Amino acid sequence: MKKLLWALPVPAMILALWSFAVSQQWLTLIPGPFEVLLAIIDFSFGTLYDDAYSGTLLTHLFASAGRVLGGFFLAAFSAIPLGILLARYGRFSDLVEPTLGVLRPIPVTAWVPLVLIVFGLGSHSAIILIFIGSFFPILINTLLGVKRVPQRLIEAAQMLGTSEREMLYKVILPAALPSVFAGMRIALGLAWVVVVVGETVGVPNGLGSVITEAREVSRTEIIITGMIFIGLAGLITDKLLVNGVRRALGNSPLLPN
Amino acid sequence: MSAAAVSYAPSAPEAGVELSGVGKKYGSGEHVTEALRGVELTLPQGEFVSLIGASGCGKSTLLRIVAGFERATSGSVKVRGKPVERPGPERGVVFQDYGLFPWLNVADNVAYGPRQRRLPAAQVTSIVDRFVKMVGLDRFRDRFPHQLSGGMQQRVAIARVLANDPAVLLMDEPFGALDSLTRQTLQEELIRVWRELSPTVMLVTHSVEEAVFLSDRVVVMGGGPTHGVPGHVTKILDIDLAHPRDITSPAFNDLKRELLEAIHHPTH
Repeated sequence: MKKLLWALPVPAMILALWSFAVSQQWLTLIPGPFEVLLAIIDFSFGTLYDDAYSGTLLTHLFASAGRVLGGFFLAAFSAIPLGILLARYGRFSDLVEPTLGVLRPIPVTAWVPLVLIVFGLGSHSAIILIFIGSFFPILINTLLGVKRVPQRLIEAAQMLGTSEREMLYKVILPAALPSVFAGMRIALGLAWVVVVVGETVGVPNGLGSVITEAREVSRTEIIITGMIFIGLAGLITDKLLVNGVRRALGNSPLLPN
Repeated sequence: MSAAAVSYAPSAPEAGVELSGVGKKYGSGEHVTEALRGVELTLPQGEFVSLIGASGCGKSTLLRIVAGFERATSGSVKVRGKPVERPGPERGVVFQDYGLFPWLNVADNVAYGPRQRRLPAAQVTSIVDRFVKMVGLDRFRDRFPHQLSGGMQQRVAIARVLANDPAVLLMDEPFGALDSLTRQTLQEELIRVWRELSPTVMLVTHSVEEAVFLSDRVVVMGGGPTHGVPGHVTKILDIDLAHPRDITSPAFNDLKRELLEAIHHPTH
């Protein structure tokens, strides 16, 4: 509760400055906070304007969240096992790492045209782009996390009767968890970036398509509304991930609060 | 393992640790480093032996060989008559840097070994209770390692290996990172635990005083790659003092002097 109070002054200041700048006509192309608030209410509940955006929040939010989570989990389920294999098997790493080294620096935005050609306009392409964007942060962090498991912990586990077969689950994964988890959080944040990119073309729904189309019809208050909901959605999915991992793995001191 | 069959005499009691002709080389071809050569050492069950010597003499390597982390390149290593091939719970290792699992609390760290042995839950609980109490950490059983001082972490590490009821306790400078007061307390507690459970103990230390205070015998090692001779045993000294030992007594100091002499001026 006290934390919440501390969180309030900064947004209040931003709102005040914004409101002041609009009233002084420093910002002429941007609506004031109150107008945006009305847009938020109408976008959420559809009680004010009854236009194309009224009451469509959940449709767009679920469309975006579905793509984000789809691409993200696809990336997690492939990058985590691959990262473990790369860290554990030198020969496999020799085989695959150079290729990954070339693919990794290619920005997701550079993948957009190729992905659109191959997968066509639509949800699939957005999911594939999110997959590509989320894949490398998870892979790299898993790889480093597994490689950096202290040899001492492996020795300790060996002398306490842990077989090679059990080592992965008993020691390596728990010890690498903070790093894997950090990679997942970075990837999930990035997924929300990429979904907006992915939704700029060829999809009729999603928060990214909302702000793209709103620009075309000069509905600036809708653009800001969309931005705010993307921020909130990113925050909520991050909290869900943190709590989900905590619930699944117990109260490990290696995880952030 | 025919060598084992030959040297094993069924009528004789099995030694806690039996090293014969143990040598260790690293590398190959021109780049061979010989860390150890011809180590002969037998620890009867329940004996407390310290290994001491200058850095690089191979004392830690010898301990790691008994632990099974490294293989001897020559000779034979047996614990309770069985050749050592890999690390195992009958040889508990206490490391200088503790090696606790940071994601497990005190009780779960201690329970790790018994759980690996698939003991029933009730038995695991009673083992954990017993050894957590034995090292005086009953009030801290729900704490995680990073919430404990170095001395407390080392107590957990000791309880963790004792929970496996090891035949041999291998300790690699276990108190080296602790302040001298904590070190003293832990030495006294180690003696108490050792007398209660009587495992065979092999302890590597840099401290002559620690060696004399704790051990039945002190093994002095010398040589090492920097001396141009492989590490080897230079002297074995019996410590015939009753516990608890008075570190200020003349007899104690005589033994310290004799050991220091042996470390700094080896006769061979």
